[in-house]
Amino acid sequence: MENWSLFSLCVLLGLTSRWAVSFHSYSGAGKPPMFGDYEAQRHWQEVTYNLPVHEWYFNTTNNDLNYWGLDYPPLTAYHSLVCAYVAKLLNPEWVELHASRGYESHSHKLFMRATVLFTDILIYIPAVLLYCFYFCDGSSKQKVATALCILLYPGLILIDYGHFQYNSVSLGLALWGILGLGLGWDLFGSLAFTLALNYKQMELYHSLPFFCYLLGKCIKQGLTGRGFFQLAKISLTVLVTFALCWMPFLSDPKQPLQVLHRLFPFGRGLFEDKVANTWCSLNVLIKIKTLLSRETQLFLSFALTLLFILPSSLKLLSKPNLWQFKLALVNSSLAFFLFSFQVHEKSILLAALLMFFLFVFFHSMLPLLVKDGLLLPYVVTSLAFLFLSLYLLSHLTRTNEPLFWYFPFHFWFSLVAMAVLSFTSVWLEPPAKFPDLFPVLVSILSFLHFLGFIIYFNLVQLMEPQRKKSQKKTN
Amino acid sequence: TVMAAPVTNDQSWFFALALGVSFLKCLLINAYHSTDFEVHRNWLALTHSLPAAQWYYEATSEWTLDYPPLFAWFEYGLSHIARFFDKEMLVVQNLNYASPATILFQRLSVIVADVVFFYAVKECCKCLREDKGKYLLGKPSFILTVLLLWNFGLIIVDHIHFQYNGFLFGVLLLSIARHFQNRHFEGALLFSILLNLKHIYLYIAPAYGIYLLRCFCFTQSNIYASPESRINKLSIDLPQVLSRLFPFKRGLCHAYWAPNIWALYNIADKAFSILGVKFKLLDINKLPKASMTGGLVQEFQHSVLPSVSPLATLVCTVLSILPALFRIWHRPNGARGFLRCLVICALGSFMFGWHVHEKAILMAILPLSLLAVESREDARIFLILSITGHYSLFPLLFTTQELPIKILLLLLFTIFSLTSLKTLFRSGGALLNPLEATYLLGLIPLELICEFVYPLTVWQKTFPFLPLMLTSIYCALGVTYAFIRLYISLLTCSDSTKKIKTQ
Repeated sequence: MENWSLFSLCVLLGLTSRWAVSFHSYSGAGKPPMFGDYEAQRHWQEVTYNLPVHEWYFNTTNNDLNYWGLDYPPLTAYHSLVCAYVAKLLNPEWVELHASRGYESHSHKLFMRATVLFTDILIYIPAVLLYCFYFCDGSSKQKVATALCILLYPGLILIDYGHFQYNSVSLGLALWGILGLGLGWDLFGSLAFTLALNYKQMELYHSLPFFCYLLGKCIKQGLTGRGFFQLAKISLTVLVTFALCWMPFLSDPKQPLQVLHRLFPFGRGLFEDKVANTWCSLNVLIKIKTLLSRETQLFLSFALTLLFILPSSLKLLSKPNLWQFKLALVNSSLAFFLFSFQVHEKSILLAALLMFFLFVFFHSMLPLLVKDGLLLPYVVTSLAFLFLSLYLLSHLTRTNEPLFWYFPFHFWFSLVAMAVLSFTSVWLEPPAKFPDLFPVLVSILSFLHFLGFIIYFNLVQLMEPQRKKSQKKTN
Repeated sequence: TVMAAPVTNDQSWFFALALGVSFLKCLLINAYHSTDFEVHRNWLALTHSLPAAQWYYEATSEWTLDYPPLFAWFEYGLSHIARFFDKEMLVVQNLNYASPATILFQRLSVIVADVVFFYAVKECCKCLREDKGKYLLGKPSFILTVLLLWNFGLIIVDHIHFQYNGFLFGVLLLSIARHFQNRHFEGALLFSILLNLKHIYLYIAPAYGIYLLRCFCFTQSNIYASPESRINKLSIDLPQVLSRLFPFKRGLCHAYWAPNIWALYNIADKAFSILGVKFKLLDINKLPKASMTGGLVQEFQHSVLPSVSPLATLVCTVLSILPALFRIWHRPNGARGFLRCLVICALGSFMFGWHVHEKAILMAILPLSLLAVESREDARIFLILSITGHYSLFPLLFTTQELPIKILLLLLFTIFSLTSLKTLFRSGGALLNPLEATYLLGLIPLELICEFVYPLTVWQKTFPFLPLMLTSIYCALGVTYAFIRLYISLLTCSDSTKKIKTQ
């Protein structure tokens, strides 16, 4: 069968599972007064449509920042504005200032879900297809299998189409950035990545590798001469893109400061909710949140993040090739996730983008998904994804060993542990003394995995062992 | 680009496909379900709560039991498991009861019952004449498995609209496979069981009758009669059961016209009446009020052409399948000839039957898949019939939420069947000629007009059923064309009994 038909079948399967998941509940459904992320996105449409630009990020009588104030960069705001125009056409009640708070209806849900699907088709899916086509090594069947696995990755599907977010936009733009760099179109790559950064500040996790790779490449070309010229072009592209995105906010110096203040809420604590990062896990043993002062917490997280990210970035700087770049992306995002300030569960998607196989990431989101009423899609998609990736992997690698022996025993142990935890989280009642026992256990288990991963991938990047096909495909 | 040499079980791809489609079905648990959901819940309740003698008399709900007794026993068996999910669903008075546990149970019961279908498909794959392929995606058994397991019609009718067709078609395909494997007693037994599960399979009973009579009943005595009579002893009160099974009070056409001959007949009648009034040949006061497209099941009065009675449709149906039956009688072409005749009987009954449901097209499409992976001409007919037939199922899912799902799934199935069959029959030029391709492509503008453009126009209020009518008529053309081609291929195929090893 021709490639185009196989790829289109993959896309159709991916789209079908996305839309089928969207039938289920969203975050904060039917839970006044605050509701959830779905209401946040609707509220941003209301705010951007009805208020002038200079009021979007400020606390005014019309804009109560305590009720889901904007805390993403301007590109998200513009996206919400466009959606709001469409919403106004379909049903003005959806974006009525103040009156539409907590608006919930079946047709509104369809509209919101449709906006996610639209941007997914426009940005993320073409990037995935191009990535698999041009950057995966292997036969065409392996490329198709990779595309299928990436498109069916439950993490993105459940967060975007279940919980409700627009991660496919920022991840897609970041992927376009990676594509650009891979094809040698540095300017296009920088542009795409800058746009991703201006959509969600979470993309900072990937910024250091981009920076180091491009800088390293320019240095290699000679800082006096072509390299310098290239560096200038890239810097100009980035600056102009930033300027264009922030243009409405540059008239008054107070504006960008306020936006930054909203984007990086150092006022909030070291962590919220049960997240699989160091601080949350450490808090179980030592109550850091109360022991250390706010400033010390900030400093500690900054220092550790930098510590873990430095070796990887330096290595990339010295050896700017694509394989190093990919590994650095993984390491960098893991480092940020594990050690930085105010990390939310969804940040892990960034690292996951490059490691489709790692099921653990998805499992760590279990508490959040259960809270949203998404247990059924969680079970179905994770089983399907696990089975599919195992099946495809076993058939596409040239090995004669049975599947069981191919993976080390701790892989199977992890799977069993995750399955048991999933089961107990849902079916058993936690003891009264520790009401959050299960979400915390999930977080700790995931944290231990991630710590293992970051050590492993750092070792791989720094030591560069013989590049045989390891079972953890770093595609 | 050869796939890695099979490492584990050679059949692991079958398991992967079956598991994959089951996952998809699980994701659709929350989708829209039709009144058929309440129908089956009601049957669970009444078989659980009442003694068997009263099952066919119970009429609290409007959805009375109108399937044969064996299906009622099946529902009875299910009801014992249903108790653990939600006892309230088994109370007959709880009309339209649909708690989350009820929905979960009923959906899961369909998904689990499909195991029968999986087994049947596996057996059918064993019956293929040759199964060589350069790589997995080109093997006839792989293609057949996907065409059956991932059949668009089955997925949306069973797992969204809600019915138990997978399980029933599993019994049918198993019966066909047994005939291919020369295990004729089992095949006949399975068909008798099937008839006692859902009487719609009477459509294809003539094919079974003629084939078995011709090939075996002259040598062995009464193999067909005995299972039938044994199972009939399970029936309770025959006249009452029959009156519920065959409600002829319903109209010529279903609420939505199945794309068959009568749809074309109705539209011709309408066209003639409009032209007649225009050219002053008819008096407008003498014409009955047009209520055909009223959307409810009712009798229709034709204005110009003669009215059609149930007897007339029976006669037409019998006439339409008679040549095929004669052909099989004179020149039985082994199991393949029987299968071809079966498809023609199903299609003939679809084309000319009384009050045909559009879902009945599946009875022709599914068995035809077996023939499609073996012969070029059958592949052509299959493509036209399946794409048109599947598209004609669209009006079953009329909700906005399900719109992307049905379009995506239809595209999935269509692209797969087109490309895989094209690759299978690569030699010999294109599979579809330009006219056929144009007709199929015409479905795209039809869909855009019916579901996207028309609802925004002013006619949506005055003629709300026009898109349904258009869909039905456009598809009727394709189905008729496939029927004719299928007949031609049956009547002109040479007697290849010598080539087939089994006879």
